Amino acid sequence: MPLDKADVEKIAHLARLAVSEEALEGVAGDLSNILDLVEQMGAADTSGVEPMAHPLHMAQRLRPDAVTETDLRDRFQSIAPQTEDGLYLVPRVVE
Amino acid sequence: MSLHEKSIAELAAGLRAKAFSSVELTRHYLRRIAAHDATLNSFITVTEEQALEQAAAADARIQAGDAGPLSGIPLAQKDIFCTNGVRTSCGSKMLDRFIAPYDATVIERFKAAGAVMLGKTNMDEFAMGSSNETSFYGPVRNPWNTELVPGGSSGGSAAAAAARLCAAATGTDTGGSIRQPAALCNLTGLKPTYGRISRYGMIAFASSLDQAGPITRSAEDAATLLQVMAGFDPRDSTSAEEPVPDYLAALGDDLKGLKIGLPKEYFGEGLDPAVAKAIEAAIEEYKRLGAEVVEISLPNNGLAVPAYYVVAPAECSSNLARFDGVRFGHRCADPKDLEDLYKRSRGEGFGDEVKRRILVGAYALSAGYYDAYYLKAQQVRHLIADDFNRAFEKVDVIMGPASPTTAFKLGEKTDDPVQMYLSDIYTIAVNLAGLPGMSIPVEPVDGRPVGLQIIGNYFDEARLLNVAHRFQQATEWHRQGPAGY
Repeated sequence: MPLDKADVEKIAHLARLAVSEEALEGVAGDLSNILDLVEQMGAADTSGVEPMAHPLHMAQRLRPDAVTETDLRDRFQSIAPQTEDGLYLVPRVVE
Repeated sequence: MSLHEKSIAELAAGLRAKAFSSVELTRHYLRRIAAHDATLNSFITVTEEQALEQAAAADARIQAGDAGPLSGIPLAQKDIFCTNGVRTSCGSKMLDRFIAPYDATVIERFKAAGAVMLGKTNMDEFAMGSSNETSFYGPVRNPWNTELVPGGSSGGSAAAAAARLCAAATGTDTGGSIRQPAALCNLTGLKPTYGRISRYGMIAFASSLDQAGPITRSAEDAATLLQVMAGFDPRDSTSAEEPVPDYLAALGDDLKGLKIGLPKEYFGEGLDPAVAKAIEAAIEEYKRLGAEVVEISLPNNGLAVPAYYVVAPAECSSNLARFDGVRFGHRCADPKDLEDLYKRSRGEGFGDEVKRRILVGAYALSAGYYDAYYLKAQQVRHLIADDFNRAFEKVDVIMGPASPTTAFKLGEKTDDPVQMYLSDIYTIAVNLAGLPGMSIPVEPVDGRPVGLQIIGNYFDEARLLNVAHRFQQATEWHRQGPAGY
């Protein structure tokens, strides 16, 4: 299915990804080509076929609900772009 | 024989016999990296200081009689594995300044085994690519011919191992990223069964497909690395609770009566005739070793690339949502609000191929399209896995080419993403099914390496290594290295 610039803008917003105005047309062309490739799946008859979510059909393993990790907040925050008093800083969300 | 020509077993024996020390061996490899890597660009980060410390510690262990098969052996790690205190970039501007705060399980296991890490190897950005040209750190060149790509996404690991800049390397394989570069660089590459090796600390691309593995010069070396890498890890929720066999023990088994399946779909349109000839010659060698050949069919193989380009991008768009400019990674300057922070940080931090895949994935998962794309792809995936299951009722292993062509020129496919995706037509189905697969060197075509792919049943890595090893005992192709290194 061919996508146009408006479609790309919409998807890019869903993905929270800035795509520059100049790049939109090229991206639309690339995505359209990829979707053409993907749509070859349409040739397969999949009626009644169970979707395969895990290669080994394993169920998710559960662990005891207990604390196993140590507190590494300082270490993890040392690589953050901006922190203050143990909190991650972002632009103001609520006025 | 120079140190860099020795196998891991030979190096381990030399270290134990005190013929040389790990510090000497590590310095030797560091000198080789300094001499050759300006051209190849196979390393993103060389960890010289840490490597020499690890080598000295390994020498002490060997002195104390506490050495394992990898103690003191210098390895290169793909820059997708988190390494505590060392930059882990994943080939992306997004993580250019990311110093990992912990070790991946794979790295932890190598450290416990006493292996030396020479550095972190170049790769396609977030492992998305088949030529190592999407890296933020520039393309890697193939040591067999520096006009050619080394394959991808583990292209830096393959180039470094082929040029003998390390004793062996690690890679990861989501759609062929170990097997295809191994094929293009005359190496032995193994992608184990999904869940065989822990994914903890391995930066996620497509979580239902990603699997780590060794890239080495022989099946014997691969067995030694896999022995250390494989095993259950409670920190990875998809890690397999399967016993790990002794991979070296089964290497020498006879191949008499081995049933090899040749899928007719692997020898059809799109395969370079010269590559086909080299693969057929290798199959003849297997017949001489006592194997029987059976023609089989994997009727849904043609749907593998289309289904993969839904499943992998969908999982990638979800996994890469974590790169938001808030907790770690690139953050844009002067964001005007939170949405601007997300969008520009991601827009600036990711390269074109990563963006394409995030967008395809976001589209395939969006309201109204989920059934047509993601659900359909998961159903096709089941058909593909069933094809393999039926085949393994009749045969022990499946063989074919790892790549439809030999290494191509840098820049040849960068303008056409779909052409690039078709580089992986023989490897992708194996990931969708979760099976183990290998590539081993056969006779090159016009000086360009060719890889034979060997696919096994679930958790049958020991047999794959045995089948590869016996071929390597009977032939010399895997011993060939590029001229000038």
